[in-house]
Amino acid sequence: MEIILAVLIGFMYAAGIYLILRRSLVKLIVGLIILGNAVNLLLFLLGGITKGQPPVIGDAEKLLAGVYADPLPQALILTAIVISFGLQAFAMVLLQREYIQGGVEDLDNLKEEDEEK
Amino acid sequence: MTTLILRTAAVYLMPLLLLFSVFILLRGHYLPGGGFVGGLIASIALVVYGYANGINQIKMFLRFHPGALIPTGVTLSLLSGTLPLFYSRPFMTGLWLEGTYPIIGQVGTALIFDIGVYFVVVGTALTIIFSIAEDNERD
Amino acid sequence: MNDNLILLPVILQLALALMLLFFWSKTKWQRIGSMVGNTLFLMVAVYLFVKIYKNGVLFTQAGDWEAPFGITFVADLFSATMLVITALSGLAVSIFASGSMSRRRSLFVFFPIYHFLLMGISGSFLAGDLFNLYVWFELIIIASFGLITLGGGRRQLEGALKYVTLNLLASILFLTGIAFLYGLTGTLNMADLARKIPLIQNEGLLTITALMFFIGLGIKTAVFPLYFWLPASYHTPMSAVSAIFGGLLTKVGVYALFRVFSLFFLPDSFTATVITAVAALTLIMGAMGALIQKDTRKLFSWLIVCHIGFMIAGLGIYTTAAIAGAVFYLFHDILVKTNLFMISGLIHKISGTFKLKKLGGLYSQYPKITLLIAIPLFSLVGIPPLSGFWPKLLLIQGGMEIQGYLIIAAIILGSFVTLATIGKFWLEVVWKEQPAFTYKKHFIPFSQLPYIQKFSYVFPIGLLASVSLFLGFGAEIIIDIVNQIAFDLMNPDAYIELILPKE
Repeated sequence: MEIILAVLIGFMYAAGIYLILRRSLVKLIVGLIILGNAVNLLLFLLGGITKGQPPVIGDAEKLLAGVYADPLPQALILTAIVISFGLQAFAMVLLQREYIQGGVEDLDNLKEEDEEK
Repeated sequence: MTTLILRTAAVYLMPLLLLFSVFILLRGHYLPGGGFVGGLIASIALVVYGYANGINQIKMFLRFHPGALIPTGVTLSLLSGTLPLFYSRPFMTGLWLEGTYPIIGQVGTALIFDIGVYFVVVGTALTIIFSIAEDNERD
Repeated sequence: MNDNLILLPVILQLALALMLLFFWSKTKWQRIGSMVGNTLFLMVAVYLFVKIYKNGVLFTQAGDWEAPFGITFVADLFSATMLVITALSGLAVSIFASGSMSRRRSLFVFFPIYHFLLMGISGSFLAGDLFNLYVWFELIIIASFGLITLGGGRRQLEGALKYVTLNLLASILFLTGIAFLYGLTGTLNMADLARKIPLIQNEGLLTITALMFFIGLGIKTAVFPLYFWLPASYHTPMSAVSAIFGGLLTKVGVYALFRVFSLFFLPDSFTATVITAVAALTLIMGAMGALIQKDTRKLFSWLIVCHIGFMIAGLGIYTTAAIAGAVFYLFHDILVKTNLFMISGLIHKISGTFKLKKLGGLYSQYPKITLLIAIPLFSLVGIPPLSGFWPKLLLIQGGMEIQGYLIIAAIILGSFVTLATIGKFWLEVVWKEQPAFTYKKHFIPFSQLPYIQKFSYVFPIGLLASVSLFLGFGAEIIIDIVNQIAFDLMNPDAYIELILPKE
């Protein structure tokens, strides 16, 4: 399981980096989304995958018994997902505005503000 | 998108989903659920209704701009976090009322915090969807 | 010492932002609320500073969950001083923005987002947990995305696009580093990390993690070779926005680098070499970039890049004197860079342009204002008793201790090129005759503004200039404080023991 996930994460990082190096605005945002998901999976993998009980203490007990999953990576991932959801929504609206206003789809043409007027 | 099936279904789905979202919100402290999930379900309910009957119908149903829910929700959450400071406990400490209530279970600051999160999620999701939908209508 | 009130700056800024959101259409009340709120913020920051100066490090465990399980917030002398400096710049920008923001549409949302930004900044100074630090960083960039696109013109959008993309990438790399660290140690509490990292066997992976942090934070800090987004975006937003960006945002990254690399990634010879080399190259490249600029705000943006090199150099040299110098430079830089962007806003209001070629004649028109802006400009260059001089002295002294003559050469080169660019700026803006020039349509120049608005342009510049003067002439006090900070950073045992007492 770890091996499969590790290969998958490596593949996602590669795909994400490849996409953000392209010149298209849409591929840029897709690349960033893939990278964001790859990080979440990485957190999940490095938190340690255990086949155990959810970390909830029952009514009758005082301590967690037996093998249980580490709850912290999931809390981290949930936070990271919420944050990246907000950021990506913003980035998409920004790209859409940029496309509507400037009609630029190719990143190489994003030079207008640098030119002397 | 105005199919008869979706329109008929949306009328029944929306109240059910809204009720379900409140249920998820309230059971959230010790069981899976909570403000974030509940808020998402509530916004799905409203969005389904909007797809069937047009975005303007949700606006009429809500009577206020969903953006106003965001500061309201954050204020609720901030208040629930600040309350323990007055009992000289650290920020965000959970304070609980004595006794349990039916359905809700224990009532405490965590519940108020979750309600705040619920409002923020509904507000954010609807604001994003509204602004994208309005952009499309203009084009 | 346990103190629940150290989160007060964060709570105050959040409450302020919310109040301003509820009054979003009453722009007059927004301006007053922002100024009063930031004055309160300054008072809270000074109160915390005094308390910490007397009693030592304060901390609180959010939600009453003990470290390392809960989220810890820590305020030591470094964070407290940063809070005071942030509050000073924040107050100045508040006043500047309420005078200079004329478009009502932008005014509606500027102040609420601005206070969210200040909340994120103060939160990141107080974070005692790495993931918490990441969350504050995200809050900062969300708020800054909102601010950089304000106005919504074509140039703003293009600048914002570069800023947004690179910052998203930086966050992803930073989070990757956090994931590695969690996999290696099973904790993210900074004090706990400081205990557990020396026990790690796999030193290769640890170095990679450390460099991942350096790259992730380095993009936010704009060090060589990751700075290209900064000069491409900082000159596009409104003056008040670029003032707060130029003053504070990159410096939060510097703060995080200092925290991370003094508390748990203690630089070994390899990382120290990398950091020093990066610092030297940042100094040189930033200086070269600044030399050829023809636009006031672009010139200042390149100077930001150049001067980041001074602070990173202190981290690379890593002796008490060098760290003290770098921390001193950090305080000085926040005040001066905020001031520089406000000055470029004022000059734009006077002459109607940002282009050096079309500017000129400031001294003949406004001799008093010229005298005022001379203070921050000369502080930046580091002419002896002014505030830029002392930190460089400390840095060079630190460099001598480790015989790092190359980094000393880079520091001196950076200072001289700064002198040259500021000299060019002075010649073009102050002494040259202004070429014939017509204002754009609907542009109200400075001379026709009502008195109160003129005051709100000049007063914040004077406020920060006088604080800079204090840093320069009161250097003895400040050097005492930064020596204390540097000592605490180099010897974090007391900090660790306080958060996580050994059984």
